[in-house]
Amino acid sequence: MEKLTNLIEKKFPNALHVESPKLTFSIDYKELHAFISFLHSYSEHPYDYLVYLIGNDEGEILSVSYLLSCSTNPSLEIVVKTGTSDRENPLLYSITDLYETAHLNERETYAMFGIRFINNPDMRRFLLNDDWVGFPLRKDYNMDPAINPVSIISKDMVDTAPRIMETPEGLKEEIINIFEADDYIINIGPQHPSTHGVMHFRTALDGEIVKKIDVHSGYIHRGIEKLSENLTYPQILHFTDRLDYLSANINRHGLCMCVEKAADIEVPQRAQYIRTIMDELTRMSSHLLAWSAQTNDLGATTAFIYGMREREIILDIFDKTCGGRLIMNQNVIGGVMFDIYADFQKDVKAFIIYMRDKLKEYDRFFSHNVIALGRMVKIGILSKPDAISYAVTGPAGRASGWSCDVRKHQPYALYDKVEFTEVTRSEGDSYARYLNRLDEIEQSLHIIEQLIDNIPEGDYCAKTKAIIKLPVGEYYQNVEAGKGLFGVYIESRGEKTPWRLKLRSPSLSLVSVMPLICKNEKISDFIGIGGSMDYVIPDIDR
Amino acid sequence: MLQNYSQPLEFTNLTTWIDSTLGANLPSFWSIAIEMVLVAVALLAVYSLTAMILIYVERKITAFFQARIGPNRVGKYGIFQTVADVIKILLKEIIHVNKVDKFLFYAAPFFMIVASMLTFGAIPFAQGLHAVDFNIGVFYVTAVSSLGIIGVLLAGWSSNNKYSMIGAMRSGAQFVSYELSAGFALMTMVVLTGTMQLSEMIESQRFCWNIFNGHISAIVAFIIYLISGHAETNRGPFDLPEAESELTAGYHTEYSGLQFGFFYLAEYLNMFIIASIAATVFLGGWMPLQVRGWDAFNQIMWYLPSYMWFTIKVFLLIFFSLWVRWSFPRLRIDQLLNLEWKYLLPINLVNILVMVLLVLAGWTLNDIF
Repeated sequence: MEKLTNLIEKKFPNALHVESPKLTFSIDYKELHAFISFLHSYSEHPYDYLVYLIGNDEGEILSVSYLLSCSTNPSLEIVVKTGTSDRENPLLYSITDLYETAHLNERETYAMFGIRFINNPDMRRFLLNDDWVGFPLRKDYNMDPAINPVSIISKDMVDTAPRIMETPEGLKEEIINIFEADDYIINIGPQHPSTHGVMHFRTALDGEIVKKIDVHSGYIHRGIEKLSENLTYPQILHFTDRLDYLSANINRHGLCMCVEKAADIEVPQRAQYIRTIMDELTRMSSHLLAWSAQTNDLGATTAFIYGMREREIILDIFDKTCGGRLIMNQNVIGGVMFDIYADFQKDVKAFIIYMRDKLKEYDRFFSHNVIALGRMVKIGILSKPDAISYAVTGPAGRASGWSCDVRKHQPYALYDKVEFTEVTRSEGDSYARYLNRLDEIEQSLHIIEQLIDNIPEGDYCAKTKAIIKLPVGEYYQNVEAGKGLFGVYIESRGEKTPWRLKLRSPSLSLVSVMPLICKNEKISDFIGIGGSMDYVIPDIDR
Repeated sequence: MLQNYSQPLEFTNLTTWIDSTLGANLPSFWSIAIEMVLVAVALLAVYSLTAMILIYVERKITAFFQARIGPNRVGKYGIFQTVADVIKILLKEIIHVNKVDKFLFYAAPFFMIVASMLTFGAIPFAQGLHAVDFNIGVFYVTAVSSLGIIGVLLAGWSSNNKYSMIGAMRSGAQFVSYELSAGFALMTMVVLTGTMQLSEMIESQRFCWNIFNGHISAIVAFIIYLISGHAETNRGPFDLPEAESELTAGYHTEYSGLQFGFFYLAEYLNMFIIASIAATVFLGGWMPLQVRGWDAFNQIMWYLPSYMWFTIKVFLLIFFSLWVRWSFPRLRIDQLLNLEWKYLLPINLVNILVMVLLVLAGWTLNDIF
């Protein structure tokens, strides 16, 4: 780290080293691309993994911060910040050529802050319509509903995209066509049984073969990040359950930890145990649903019901613990809202035995079925460099051979105390992702086994102040949700509400990689691959 | 020969009584005319009743496969569920879609239903319960049942919907391919029995069902017929034309109300028709299980009327079809065509030759014993 800092100071004298919990550099936007590409190709440990890209309205200037990390060692982190004071026509440089995941994030930043990125190949707004007036996450945004009325008029899709490219003659604004003139385009979604929510893929077909996919999202965008800016931290907690509703408990755990770390709240040991066990139960229920949905996408409806049957038992345990089944509201700042019930251990242990048995049944019933293998093996191959470039984490990233489990690399709660294996595979196809989920269920069972008998007595929630104010600063926390890395970024200015709250969604990366891995596959495989990626749309449309 | 055994519960008793009563009291023109109307009404009634029973059976059996309960609200065990569904679908509004090719769109469901009805008429349900007994019966059912594909193609084409279009194109490719295999499998059995007439085919299987008579070759043909029959009826794992997780509902996406009901009905009936043809050609149709020389045993077997034998065989095959449908994931279109053109068809062609050799060399079971 020292070495890198010295090197940066020598090569980029203008880069400003900012004191912060994380190594942070602030740099002029003109030098940004060179700076990040230097880090990206740093020989000792290349910072080839873009964890988040966050736009921010700091009053005078509009800034963007990037969290770069190293794919071989995700615990190494560097924050790079840049910004512009031009609020009328803010322009920054794109890093899409270095990190593919930047593409959709930059488009989102454009929609929310109006910052356009030079050299981004497709600078449409993401999550919002092209004709949206104003930029919602700016502090001076006018929320008057009359400005952006709800329209019931049917609009045609426009398949053109503006962009700004840097040419030797200067900046050039141009408009490109996304599809060729005679492409046969079908809309898969927003109302479609296999997009797992209101996702919209505009798909160009050549017969049965997928030529190109254009991702549209935002059909259930709720502006959670904007809403949060006017709510206190305990109030914001409720939103996290409604992002990736299948990892509800884990997401909430992430936000709680971020606030606890910032406010210096000690979480009692008993709460840590309950949180970890509940997280693993949530992960299993998420993976079971993913398994079910994937088999259903491949046309096996019976397998779908089998997965639901097992998930039901987990939901019953949730139900008895905290009253919620899907949206659990279990974690609160400082611990958990409810203590576990008397028979909790007994129920969970019974479930462990039952689930192991059912995993064998899944294996017999589906995993080796010849048709299933034909539909999954060597289909939708995601290579490891692509997985890193698109920041595809979670079971999907690990199926491409990338060890990216937050529980291993940046352990939180009790994950450094339990023993478990990070499941990785190197094939990168649908089948590897499929098997990874089943194996992770087994690992989750193993983790719970180690904790369930040792839950210590004591408080299940720390006493907190009625109004929690975080000290000035920036806080960030990663957790491993069912779909991958879920991150919570809070910038506090000492108020009881956050100045900026950003939720880093794992599903966005999963969707952004779909056009790449589905190219030249059959349309049925496009659906099958979608099932194997297991994205949840509300997680993208925050 | 049949009359050697006592058959108290047979329908022939009823039909001969009706025929003789009408014949005694009316001029022959009128008696034939009335009989024709009766047959038509009976067929239609049986057609819709079979569909209703099949839908109920499928829902219930599927529920058991899937660890569910299935319909259980309307009547005990939900037996009137399908009746309620039929009433609902009859009352439902037919949504008229603006941008369809009107004539073809409305004509398409009729192709489906007429094709399946025409085939239905030629099935020998029981001894004496056989509306049309052509001397080219096998050829007729193969020909007429393929008319249904016209309905599917028209529906997909005229809907002006891209999903429907893809579904219809898939369906066309699938149907044309698997029709070949089904036809060849039946041809193999025609070689064995030496007749195309369904009644004669059943008669020839009196003591030894075709599947045993032609042993190796017949079993291969039977399996191929089941696979291709399954594919022809568009049911999983061959349900690509509908593929609800990919194409929402494929060729019938735009249909509603009774028009959709026609497609639905025809689909279920096709399943029944394929099973009946398989039962007739391979498993002796309505013929009870009989052994040459065991007269007492044969008499006991005849106490169970022939329509029951037919029903049992058909339902066993249908159960098998459901079992397959609810166990396997869906094939992809190229895998589907590979299976047909690279495996089933070549095997079939060789199989016909083998069957010809078997028959010529006298190696069928009937010849040996």
